[in-house]
Amino acid sequence: MAPAAAAEPAAVALEGVGRAYGERVVLRDVSLELAPGETLAVFGANGAGKTTLLRILAGLLRPHAGRAVVLGAALPREGWKVRGRIGLLAHEPLLYRDLTVHENLAFHARLHGVPLERAVALVEQVGLGARAGDPVRTLSRGMTQRAAICRAVLHEPDLLLLDEPLANLDPGGAGAVAPLIGREAGPARVLISHDAEQGLAEADRVLGLRGGRAAIAAAAADVTLADVRGLYA
Amino acid sequence: MRRTVGALLRKDVRLELRSFESVPAMLLFSVSVLVLFHFGLDRSALEGDLASGVLWVTLLLASVLGMNRLFVAERDQGGFDGFLLAPVDRTALLVAKALLLFGFLVAVELIAVPAFALLLLEPGAGQALPELLAVLVLADAGIAVVGTLVGALGVQTRARDLIVPLMALPLLLPVLIAAAEATAPLLLVDGADPLPGRWLAVLALYDAVFGLLAYAVFDFLLEE
Repeated sequence: MAPAAAAEPAAVALEGVGRAYGERVVLRDVSLELAPGETLAVFGANGAGKTTLLRILAGLLRPHAGRAVVLGAALPREGWKVRGRIGLLAHEPLLYRDLTVHENLAFHARLHGVPLERAVALVEQVGLGARAGDPVRTLSRGMTQRAAICRAVLHEPDLLLLDEPLANLDPGGAGAVAPLIGREAGPARVLISHDAEQGLAEADRVLGLRGGRAAIAAAAADVTLADVRGLYA
Repeated sequence: MRRTVGALLRKDVRLELRSFESVPAMLLFSVSVLVLFHFGLDRSALEGDLASGVLWVTLLLASVLGMNRLFVAERDQGGFDGFLLAPVDRTALLVAKALLLFGFLVAVELIAVPAFALLLLEPGAGQALPELLAVLVLADAGIAVVGTLVGALGVQTRARDLIVPLMALPLLLPVLIAAAEATAPLLLVDGADPLPGRWLAVLALYDAVFGLLAYAVFDFLLEE
């Protein structure tokens, strides 16, 4: 009998993760596990700790308590192992406003060692080809969001961290980016959303945060719309 | 590393060419200060120690403006996060920003030094201006390294405009002393004395020590 292949590590494994800013604790005792290819939907009212969680998973914030393992690397100690394997779409587009869309993507392509042709193809795919030579500051919010999505997926990450990815997008824009950040894109996803219905439909697992604590941590099939809406009550 | 430094430098030069936020400000400041010295010192022209001191105080203060803005786009437009997520050596950011600040200083000096000669220098006291290049290069290197470190620290704080000069100017005092001492003999009316090697060595040593120090600590400055 052939030896079993080594199990692929979880995309995300958190154990009792906590984080404070000074005296203010914004995340406490959060535990969860997400398998490769799965989607975790994160819900919670403003200030519940969603963005802090996302930044911890991206390796940009240090957890003050607990253990965070992403793509098999314990953060922050082994963060260098997974740099380049995480795609982050945050509130801010992480694009330089005075550079054109193409210049921004070419810059990130060089940092990630990605061929420039991929950047060009992505821009066309999201319908920004005609504006690729324009400075980002001249784009509408929706167009900027599309450019930011191109940046986040440019290097074909194994884990996508998406903070309200469809914000500011019209139906056409949402359709254009769906193959890049939707379930069919392939990587594990952590998806922050305020749209309970859509978030639940896309998720395999659900984390509901209230006051920094995990009020819901379950398989999506076991969570109802009422449970999610209760987080905002 | 070279590819990353190249990408960062290309991006920063483009940003400066589009926004003109740093070099013009440094240049205008330098020329304004030279004009103020011209009228404030109540002397028709300067030479030697005094001329050297005026030149270096002006350039040092102008450099602080560049330091202040060095990391602003990274902080305000998410450049830090984008860079930290990439699989690259973080020292590349130190090297690129130090080269950028060095380039800013050279660009400013291309106009400020001739302006200094025109406005303040005793006729005949600028015979050794070409030799001044060696001093400028060594001093600029020290200012660029320390300025990058301080700029990276300062940009994390709300009081950036206060913190950067408060930290940079004391740290750069050895550069000011060595550069002024090295420059003074070059600006004498009766013919320039030879370039003092001792002060050039001090500048080179300063550059080496702070270059190594910056290499050692820069990674930690990028952590939250």
